[in-house]
Amino acid sequence: MGDWSGYIGLILQGALVTAKLTVMGTALALVMAFTAGLARLAPFAPLRWLARAYVEFFRGTSIFVQLFWVYFVLPFAGVSLSPLQAGVMALGLNVGAYGAEVVRGAVLSVPRDQYEACIAVNLSRFQRMRHVILPQALPLMLPTFCNNAIELLKGTAVVSLISLSDMTFQAQVVRAQTGSTLIPFATILVLYFAMSLLIAGGMRWLERRVTRGLDGVRP
Amino acid sequence: MSWDWAFVWQIMPTLLQGLKITLLVTVLGAIVAAVLGLVFAVARRSSIKPLARGTSFLVQFIRGTPLLVQLYVIFYVLPDIGIRLPALVAGVIGIGLHYATYAAEVYRGGIEAVPRGQWEAARATNLTLRQTWVHVVLPQAVPPMIPALANYLIAMFKETPLLSAITVLELMNQAKSVANSSYRYIEPMTMVGVFFLVISLISVALISLLEARYGRKASR
Repeated sequence: MGDWSGYIGLILQGALVTAKLTVMGTALALVMAFTAGLARLAPFAPLRWLARAYVEFFRGTSIFVQLFWVYFVLPFAGVSLSPLQAGVMALGLNVGAYGAEVVRGAVLSVPRDQYEACIAVNLSRFQRMRHVILPQALPLMLPTFCNNAIELLKGTAVVSLISLSDMTFQAQVVRAQTGSTLIPFATILVLYFAMSLLIAGGMRWLERRVTRGLDGVRP
Repeated sequence: MSWDWAFVWQIMPTLLQGLKITLLVTVLGAIVAAVLGLVFAVARRSSIKPLARGTSFLVQFIRGTPLLVQLYVIFYVLPDIGIRLPALVAGVIGIGLHYATYAAEVYRGGIEAVPRGQWEAARATNLTLRQTWVHVVLPQAVPPMIPALANYLIAMFKETPLLSAITVLELMNQAKSVANSSYRYIEPMTMVGVFFLVISLISVALISLLEARYGRKASR
């Protein structure tokens, strides 16, 4: 006992790993969400099926199973990933599958006449997406994306089980070394909660930004 | 290393035993979540301000922190203050408490979606509070909640592998112990994935049936 500053330092190191995982995982999830979400609406059927299979597969099994599969089974196929890479990949692909449904739903909820207007003014498919559909769909996606990002943050705790030294892992280390249980776990609970509040706050700010100029357009 | 069917059949009984525990945890956790969720939802609507605020904060706190850490707290911290729970009970309480906060949100949404006019009409026809709830509000509030609650049931089912971290011998833990003793990871891990995928795909199909039957008319 005694050296609490050292233990706090350990947990803060873990917090950094957790933050890194969350940011990198969210980035991958965002890319996957838009790729798969838009692919599900593609005019080319095999692309739609592929995206559908991806979404169903990753939503159908738990993040825990996926992580273990990526970490323990892929090496036999010759793909060896570090725990951090495995964590980012599993988290990003998992949350990306949920995000894909959000993207699809938001794009579909843009009224039909907007599409017709785009055809009438002769916009290309890309211009239509970029300038008309997505700016209207984005505000609808953000609240759910916020929840997804918090789910991802919570999911990062699972990587401690494949020996990545995130916050939860470090709390276990402190527990093992000091025998104290309440302090390390209470500390990380507060830190996780602070991070989720941070995400929620950031998302609210972003929401205000993207809805700027849309006043009166939406009910 | 390649896939070996003989090994798959050999480990199947162990995995099925784990699956039984997984399903048991899911059912018990769902009961805890459904009841506690109702408590949270009612407490948040309470006219006693500190109770309502406190519950809101608790719900937000539980939703903002990982289930795994909450399980550790229940399993490792509670014994320090004299509450020693078996792993399975700790797991059921942890997962039930976590999903109760989600269920509370569904209940709240369902109750708030009943138009004000219905409450006023109930009062106008002189129904008691109990009659209002039983005959007017709940029959309208509950059916739209069913698909949402079923979705969380599946989500909960998929989170049960976390209980292996607090030594509950569910599906994932059985697979891990088989893998560790035989040094073969491909079959057990893949079979766990297949089990989860098959059960969730079946449940998702059932949910779309539920949605067709009970879903909100306006959303279609």
